[in-house]
Amino acid sequence: MSATTNGSTDAALRGRRLGDAVFAGMSRWAGALILIVLAAVAIFLIAQALPALIQGTDEGESFLAYVLPLAFGTVWAAALALAMAIPVAIGIALFISHYAPRRLAAGLGYIIDLLAAVPSVVFGLWGIQVLAPATVPLADWLTANAGWIPLFAGPASGTGRTMLTVAIVLAVMILPIMTAMCREVFLQTPRLNEEAALALGATQWEMITMSVLPYGRPGIVSAAMLGLGRALGETMAVAMVLSPATVISFALVTTQNPATIASNIALNFPEAHGLGVNTLIATGLVLFVITLAVNALARWYVNRRTVG
Amino acid sequence: MSGVSGTPRVRAVRASAARTSCTAVGFRSPPVYLDWGRCSRRVVPTAPHTATRGSVIALPRARALLATFAAAGLLLSGCAANEPGVDADYDGPSGRFNASGSSAQEAAQAAWISGYQEAYPGVTINYSPVGSGAGRANFVEGWTVYAGSDAALDEDEGPLVSCADGATALNLPVYISPIAVIFNVEGVDDLRLDPDTMAAVFNGTIGTWNDPAIAALNPEAALPDAPITVVHRSDDSGTTENFTEYLHDTAPDVWTEEPSDTYAYRFAGADGNQGNSGVVEGVRNGRNTIGYADASRAGGLSSAQILVEGEWVSFSDEAAAAAVAASPFAERADEHDLVIELDRTGPAGSYPLVLVSYMVVCSEYRDAGDAAFLTDYASWVASEEGQARSAESAGSAPLAEATAERVREAVRSIGADG
Amino acid sequence: MSAITRANPLTAGRLPRWANLAVFAAAAVVFGVGLGLTAAAERAEFPVPAFVITTVLGYLVLLVVLSRVVEGPRRAKDRLMRNLVVAAFLLALTPLISLIVTVVGRGAARFDITFFTESMRNVTGEGGGVLHAVVGTLEITAAATLISVPIGLLTAIYLVEYGRGWLARAITFFVDVMTGIPSIVAGLFAFSLFLLLFGPGSRMGLSGAVALSILMIPVVVRSSEEMLKLVPRDLREASYALGVPKWRTILKVVIPTAIAGISTGVMLAIARVIGETAPLLITAGFTQSMNYDLTDGDMMSLPVFVYNSYISQGVDAQAYIDRAWAGALTLILIVMLLNLLARLVAKIFAPKLGR
Repeated sequence: MSATTNGSTDAALRGRRLGDAVFAGMSRWAGALILIVLAAVAIFLIAQALPALIQGTDEGESFLAYVLPLAFGTVWAAALALAMAIPVAIGIALFISHYAPRRLAAGLGYIIDLLAAVPSVVFGLWGIQVLAPATVPLADWLTANAGWIPLFAGPASGTGRTMLTVAIVLAVMILPIMTAMCREVFLQTPRLNEEAALALGATQWEMITMSVLPYGRPGIVSAAMLGLGRALGETMAVAMVLSPATVISFALVTTQNPATIASNIALNFPEAHGLGVNTLIATGLVLFVITLAVNALARWYVNRRTVG
Repeated sequence: MSGVSGTPRVRAVRASAARTSCTAVGFRSPPVYLDWGRCSRRVVPTAPHTATRGSVIALPRARALLATFAAAGLLLSGCAANEPGVDADYDGPSGRFNASGSSAQEAAQAAWISGYQEAYPGVTINYSPVGSGAGRANFVEGWTVYAGSDAALDEDEGPLVSCADGATALNLPVYISPIAVIFNVEGVDDLRLDPDTMAAVFNGTIGTWNDPAIAALNPEAALPDAPITVVHRSDDSGTTENFTEYLHDTAPDVWTEEPSDTYAYRFAGADGNQGNSGVVEGVRNGRNTIGYADASRAGGLSSAQILVEGEWVSFSDEAAAAAVAASPFAERADEHDLVIELDRTGPAGSYPLVLVSYMVVCSEYRDAGDAAFLTDYASWVASEEGQARSAESAGSAPLAEATAERVREAVRSIGADG
Repeated sequence: MSAITRANPLTAGRLPRWANLAVFAAAAVVFGVGLGLTAAAERAEFPVPAFVITTVLGYLVLLVVLSRVVEGPRRAKDRLMRNLVVAAFLLALTPLISLIVTVVGRGAARFDITFFTESMRNVTGEGGGVLHAVVGTLEITAAATLISVPIGLLTAIYLVEYGRGWLARAITFFVDVMTGIPSIVAGLFAFSLFLLLFGPGSRMGLSGAVALSILMIPVVVRSSEEMLKLVPRDLREASYALGVPKWRTILKVVIPTAIAGISTGVMLAIARVIGETAPLLITAGFTQSMNYDLTDGDMMSLPVFVYNSYISQGVDAQAYIDRAWAGALTLILIVMLLNLLARLVAKIFAPKLGR
């Protein structure tokens, strides 16, 4: 069947190839645009950060000395938030997927998603006005009775603007994302595996540890990494709630808390000029690198699990 | 991502309610069946003149949704009720002018801007409280017509883009606010602190409320045996700079650090909060706390009396303005560049713990329109009504008449290039 | 006629159904009385948080011990974990309820018509409204959506339909990286970009929209990718078998099938960026008056309004604080509305797979 017997087929073929070419090109360029934008952001960060990396801060100290407490504070706050949020997120996800009555489950999921709807400024306001004063009696009790543990070393802060409060606020902020992802993963567990465990006489918890949790482990790790990424980059809530100092300290309830990189930028950028601006952007670059490392680690762990 | 339903579940087709009429949202294309069994009408590929064409997505509620969106759109596109716009016969100044700078001045700037805009509705002034440093940088780069700054613009901060060639920047003091030393200690209503004791408290040397140094100054007060929590600013601020300047000038042996806008001392009892309101909240909600904040925001908290030339003085507008009026102007290149060198040891009866904030302008503008607006606006700011307005809305201390007259004189000297 | 009572094999060795409740009540009574007596002896207030914590812990310990004795270790563990899971849920509800009560309680003070029909022009002290901020937020977010949805959707299409090889792998990895860009860095980047392009006067709503789209694009790409992958291959292959070219298949078959999930993903991305303060502080700036033009001058947005109202108050501090909380309530309501819309759209547009 020759293509020339019907002229419209010929034109249709050409149109088809053109359409395919155009569309494929458009989508490829959209992807490339993302790479270009990211490269531009990286170049911008490096170009602005270079003077600070070379010369140090405008008060004469080396850049490393400046950024080390900040990097520590960022990772420490995010790690604390993650430690608080993971068990609760897994618990809630299990509750919604396996323990709650069917009809209630969807509604409960939505209620937790409501937390995701709250912007970080509002969390900051809530943290200052409600949570910080509420943690003061707890801080007093901890320093009085458990002060020998370095985490709870005193003296307790009188205003509640401590690393403990910030960790709680961050944990509440990353909870909905992690819960939603864990919930999706737990719901995908093959029913056959679950029912096989139950048929063999396992209690519900044993069924969960045998079939649901192992199946969902990569998903839980992904959810944790997602939450960690959010906690690392959180700016406004931490800036409003934390009482910062340039220290590397593990104490949770004192007034001297290590600041995080993002909140440090937010607090000092308005008054910064000259080398100060470069220093702040350089700390932003460090944060970017930390987040990159965390993402790469997560991706490697998940891929290792699924391939192997 | 969260909220997205997972694998589409196979659902039994509901036989009953599917007979609702459908609204066709037409895609002009060969039809594709996307609703399986919901619509009572099926679309069949027919000749082009048939009315129903295109794929059908069942949207029985689409009309209701559309109506809601339209209503919301109408509601939001309406103009603000408090912005009636400009009358047809308005012939005053008009245009939009940008300014930025100190956040301490923000409330006062809002008061002056609103007064000016009420008189001239054709003008819009946007003041961004991005901080003194950024404000000065914006002004130097020519993005703003004036800057609000807690520190004077130095001659070496760069060539002034929007000013005429050879022009200099003029710093005009327009905002005075006393800094109150606020505290919250149960059972203690009055507190007196002399400079040495105050410096020792604020740098951590004195750690408890019933320390002998404090008790000696306040014999009748029932000072508790409790640790002092010092609440300071966590962000860089002009309030901190002025406060530390006072401490450094009056108690140099105790407060050895140079004054700066970052709080220099860190110790176990020091709590950093963001913004004036953060410090006030921290003092108010905490226990046995003491801090420093703009007096206009001190809202109901008790404040300490300071020692000035042997007398105990509480903060007040008159005392603050008196301290500024008694201080000399610094030696600057231009006689109209009014930078005040505050005498922190002050004349008796004045309150030298003040923050003075400047309006940084060009001595000569490149653009005549800018110059016309600026001179008009700045003279309003420095006028008696302007200062009264900011005192009422922002709690600032009105400029003493002598100072205000120097400012108005400087404003009159501003011109335009060509 | 045998008088031997045999144990019911279904309930033998098990705690009765009301056991949980009974143990909880017992723990509450014991600790309540104990703490009450000590409080009375010390003439202090009844410590409510201590009461709650000790009751819950006591209940758990008592229940596990009882269960272990009666039912055996496996069932005891099961009971314990069941209660812990419920406790986790209730624990998560506590901050949510506290937040909602705080925001609604404090925000209701200014939730009136004036608030939604006026801007802050010439307002110092009481009164004023948030209309300029709401209009600014809606315009900036709409612009950000217009920028990020086409780019994000096309990228997702590339990754799912076309991508093989190094470009697709690079894009996937870097989209993940992009999710981790701190919002303030995105703001700084957009500000510098516009500074480069427009020089002075680079503060405009469009700059804020660009900053927000940098934050939105990875979310749109990720969720669209997931949704496109879920479209069954049979559908595509049927379309190819009918001679439909690939681009038409994507536009007319794949996308409409996945439109529910895609629009949900887009709505969620919007909900995420609509509350961002830091980038908008730097790029779009401040104004107290209405500004409808995205390309001309500062534009106020709702999160910046809330932040600013709280941080810089005037003499009448309570008026500012009231406005801040009412603005926060408005913001939450807008985001909740978007979430609801996402679910509604997903329900309406989702293809019914039953035949």
